[in-house]
Amino acid sequence: MPKAPPPSADGPARAERRPTTLLAELTHRCPLHCPYCSNPIDLIRAERELSTDDWKRVFTEARALGVLQLGLSGGEPLVRKDLEALATHAHGLGLYQTLVTSALGLTRQRAEALRATGLEHVQISLQDADDANAERIAGVSSVRQKKAAAGYVRELGFAFTVNVVLHRQNLDRIGALIDLAAEMGADRLELANTQYYGWGLRNRDWLMPTRAQLDAAQPVVEAAMRAHKGRMQILYVLPDYHQAFPKPCYGGWGNFYIVLAPDGRALPCHGATELDFLTLDSVREHSLQWIWEASPAFNAFRGDAWMAEPCRSCERKALDFGGCRCQAYALTGDARNGDPVCTKVPHRPLIDAALAAADGTDFRYRGFADARDAAALP
Amino acid sequence: MTGGDEAGARVPRLWRLAKLAHDDVRQRPVLLYPEGAVLLNDTGRAILDLVDGTRTIDAIAAILAARYGADVRADVIDYLDLLERQELLSYAQGPSAVG
Repeated sequence: MPKAPPPSADGPARAERRPTTLLAELTHRCPLHCPYCSNPIDLIRAERELSTDDWKRVFTEARALGVLQLGLSGGEPLVRKDLEALATHAHGLGLYQTLVTSALGLTRQRAEALRATGLEHVQISLQDADDANAERIAGVSSVRQKKAAAGYVRELGFAFTVNVVLHRQNLDRIGALIDLAAEMGADRLELANTQYYGWGLRNRDWLMPTRAQLDAAQPVVEAAMRAHKGRMQILYVLPDYHQAFPKPCYGGWGNFYIVLAPDGRALPCHGATELDFLTLDSVREHSLQWIWEASPAFNAFRGDAWMAEPCRSCERKALDFGGCRCQAYALTGDARNGDPVCTKVPHRPLIDAALAAADGTDFRYRGFADARDAAALP
Repeated sequence: MTGGDEAGARVPRLWRLAKLAHDDVRQRPVLLYPEGAVLLNDTGRAILDLVDGTRTIDAIAAILAARYGADVRADVIDYLDLLERQELLSYAQGPSAVG
């Protein structure tokens, strides 16, 4: 199953590049404090969030640009009281919607109201199959509420995905996680190893799985894929640090994706706020069309003219676009470098050193800057 | 010609979560599903419009052959098999009782 629409011969020509997916981070407020959160370290506060009318206008502009998929995400999108109004508007535009939620706050009443909007797909995160460890990872009690919410999602007929971010602290229970997702009635299960930006990079030593853990998980996942075929699709994403070549991040910079931060800044990917040299334009000041077509940020790493060697003359550049710009910047200090995950890139020793250094002993919860300063240790 | 008799006797059914739609921006039919989309051409749309969970591939090919005046069975099989490999479609074996 392709994660993003593939750039096939059947797809749009380069000259008519259009976005397919808008991920709307409606808020950064969240009851969970997962130490690998994909939100930036510098979280946006409620008073800086876009208004209901702003979001509606942006969704309308997104559809006109060609966006087909809308992710209603966060933080926890259920924190927004206008979520149903936004979903109703988006459904009227013909957008296929996914609610990306922790399920905290997903009461039966809320689920029924969302079903009535026409929203198609609900994705619920699980932190672990073990209750106590799930609560240790999320920093809050959540497993019972997630199971109840999964029941509403199934009964109401949503398409249902369970998403698990995998790491050193839960990878040993991957079999139990798969069983739990099946028990909850998921149509799809995404098992994705942590990516190391922002919070994940800060907590990398605690999160990085060992080679032995990955070797043990592989046959479990493969057996489950066979056992659940036709009932529950299982996607398994390995940690890129343990790979020889980088991931084709978002199908290439500015090719398919737009992420909108709660304050209206448009990002080519989740991690782009870490690229502090980029000016991230906002839908408060610009049309989404201008941002997509003309803004410096969305054009910064399109094509291959920006590439350094060995990427520029590498035949793999058509497959992985030089990998992840945010990872190159975070680890090498220059976003034009090849992704250091790549074994052809001279910075690869940085990755190997990180793998060797990871000891799994210390972490810091995600949170607003002044709210949660102390690292919690079991 | 792709496939023997049994290939044509299969009954294709779209994935429960996949939804046919029309993208009026690209002016293309499109298959939407969680976290993905496949842009279709008009031929693909014509095939998928006939996939209803009861018709066999042979029945679909016969309708299209009558419409276009050409034998399209091999193309229909190739197209549906491609979607099946992407898990966007599954097969039940044999002609349906209500087909």
